[in-house]
Amino acid sequence: MILNDLISIKEKELAGRKKIILRCCMAAGCMSSDSKGVKEQLDKAVANAGLQNEVEVRGVGCMKLCCEGPLVAVDPQDSLYIKVTAENAPLIIGALQGGKTNIPQADPKSAFFAKQFSIVLANSGIIDPERIESYIAMDGYQALHEVLHEMPPKEVVEAMVKSGLRGRGGAGFPTGLKWGTVAKSPGAKKYVVCNADEGDPGAFMDRSVLESDPHSVLEGMAIAAYAVGADQGFIYVRAEYPLAISRLQIAIKQAKQNGLLGAGIFESPFNFNIDLRIGAGAFVCGEETALMSSVEGKRGTPRPRPPFPAESGLFGCPTLLNNVETFANVPAIYRKGAEWFAGIGTEKSKGTKVFALAGKIKNTGLIEVPMGTPLRTIVEEMGGGAPDGGTIKAVQTGGPSGGCIPSQHLDTPVDYESLGKLGSIMGSGGMIVMDQTTNMVEIARFFMEFCMDESCGKCIPCRAGTVQMHHILDKIVNRKATARDLAKLEELCDMVRNTSLCGLGQTAPNPTMSTLRFFRNEYEALLQPDPFGPHANGAAKQPEPATK
Amino acid sequence: MAAKTLTIDGKQISAEEGATVLQAATEAGIKIPTLCHLEGVYDIGACRLCIVEITGIPKLLPACTTKVSEGMDVKTDSERLRKYRRMILELLFAERNHVCAVCVSNGHCELQTLAYSQGMEHVRYDYTFPKWNMDITHRLFGMDHNRCVLCNRCVRVCWHIEGAGTKNVSGRGAKSKIITDLNMPWGDSDSCTECGKCVMSCPTGALFNKGSTVGEMERDRNKLEFIVTAREKKQWIAADL
Repeated sequence: MILNDLISIKEKELAGRKKIILRCCMAAGCMSSDSKGVKEQLDKAVANAGLQNEVEVRGVGCMKLCCEGPLVAVDPQDSLYIKVTAENAPLIIGALQGGKTNIPQADPKSAFFAKQFSIVLANSGIIDPERIESYIAMDGYQALHEVLHEMPPKEVVEAMVKSGLRGRGGAGFPTGLKWGTVAKSPGAKKYVVCNADEGDPGAFMDRSVLESDPHSVLEGMAIAAYAVGADQGFIYVRAEYPLAISRLQIAIKQAKQNGLLGAGIFESPFNFNIDLRIGAGAFVCGEETALMSSVEGKRGTPRPRPPFPAESGLFGCPTLLNNVETFANVPAIYRKGAEWFAGIGTEKSKGTKVFALAGKIKNTGLIEVPMGTPLRTIVEEMGGGAPDGGTIKAVQTGGPSGGCIPSQHLDTPVDYESLGKLGSIMGSGGMIVMDQTTNMVEIARFFMEFCMDESCGKCIPCRAGTVQMHHILDKIVNRKATARDLAKLEELCDMVRNTSLCGLGQTAPNPTMSTLRFFRNEYEALLQPDPFGPHANGAAKQPEPATK
Repeated sequence: MAAKTLTIDGKQISAEEGATVLQAATEAGIKIPTLCHLEGVYDIGACRLCIVEITGIPKLLPACTTKVSEGMDVKTDSERLRKYRRMILELLFAERNHVCAVCVSNGHCELQTLAYSQGMEHVRYDYTFPKWNMDITHRLFGMDHNRCVLCNRCVRVCWHIEGAGTKNVSGRGAKSKIITDLNMPWGDSDSCTECGKCVMSCPTGALFNKGSTVGEMERDRNKLEFIVTAREKKQWIAADL
């Protein structure tokens, strides 16, 4: 493969494009409501109408408005049919020939779509994720070619530093700094690992990226591998994502067949292979040291850091570990330039962030917005607010490691620092909206139960502390707790956060602590008078000494 | 190997490069409480009792896995650390069924000793009273899961000193359990060499010699260290003798 081959694939693909393209969502969300049947019926209807030469029915990735699926978009008419069924699918073909249809449509100019800014999801819902030609037609793999032939590895790292990209897995570590550290670590063998063990309740961004545009992740990993000097990559993807796994397998096979992975990529001395590793269902394996232990075939438990993976990671070698969304940003950064990327977002948080909008909100689905977009824009304008005339009470970000942001803080811009100040985190991008009917103590209990079930059991504070914290929260919900229990809960939150071994335990108290910070009255309303305490009737403070 | 100088609890000491804070402190006569640490096997930093404060690092770090560095200023004892350590011990006592009065290790138990030394007077958390069984299918040894603190010492000695790989961990979280081979009765294990190293390593009464009664289980931990020193340094003495 040389550049001319790549361009000729692109030109052939564009030349073969038909006049009308029906894009039918084939991502997991729509497929769960039979979009496969819709596509089959569309194919049949096109054949029946004899329109094979003019109409292409293309299976594409996520078209973002997941709650209204299955979705079918028509190009170039710019219409988006929602809730399409296999039965009424032929009506769409009829409408192409001037017929009438009463299939509901979404407005592509509505705030949900108009306020999106796509970098990671630029190809999502447009290309066929199972055909590499479809990705190449959107200038795919051109960034990899340019990097391999025009830039020494050092410049690749410098460009990444300049772009200001920060890790999209949650903590927001500067990606360029990480690449530079791995590049500088001595060692003949290095690895690049993609963390696709997305496990936060309510988060489905990484799954959608893998299902909709797997080649962007492969290209991003290849560029990263060239920058740090690695020749082997692993994608650690959870077994609960079978469609993402199968699309990755197809993508890797096609990339190898086209000489875009393997030995001598683009006729350069650079070799790079990618293998898949399937997770067995443990949330803790999203923690980087546990993930690497699992890739090595061991029990997936974290180990103390330092040493950090950049120094001693997979099989003791320097390892670069980034999240799916981080890698998906990479090709665009090199195609359009680091300055372009650095111009998007806020001073300290560059680029865009993909969020999975879920919970008590009208428009459930995927959104990608520039960093710094106010939370209010996301939930009220794009999300359409709470359904059935409800009011939004809080927004939960960061899953079991994050916190609840109350409605009075909805004008907070979404970036790493602002969310951190409110006791929450950016997290991987799950955003769960809660309305006035939500009991915040039950929310805290839910996330604590999740952490308790998912604790690996290695360190005592997380293993036994989450059990006790969950027990106390359960007592509060069931109106069996006193002010003393609440004090014990707060003491445990502080202890587990400061003494746990890995991020899971260190952040497990966050949902409880943030709901205590903003919704303490809900906790106190459930407390019972303490029959034994000197400070009965729910007074949390110790009484003043009687004599001085 | 270069030496490093550091301060532990205000005392200036020197340590070999590559040594852990725990090793340096022990050498200088400063005692840091430990539970999952065992001389002779590698450290995993799991019990969190040896956490220390290091100036300039916001996080608390376990002394057993943190390497010394030049000019490091370590505090091993503060009101905050003492409180956290007591809480960790309380959590352990509430987690499983630790009843000293009827335990084979009563009086020789590391968990019991730690509770005394750290000033843990009582357990403020609700006991969970989980249902755990015992495995007394082995000819020589028994395992009582009620007394297990999941320190992983038996697993490490089984894999890395004996090399048998019989002991392992199954499940996760509070349901984690030390198992034999693929979760089979210990007596049916093909891989167990009956060396007894796991019993020697156990800090509590979870692993015991059959036939011992209350307070009778005393363990000779120096044996493990002796074997490792002999193998690695070709010195036929235990390091601290």
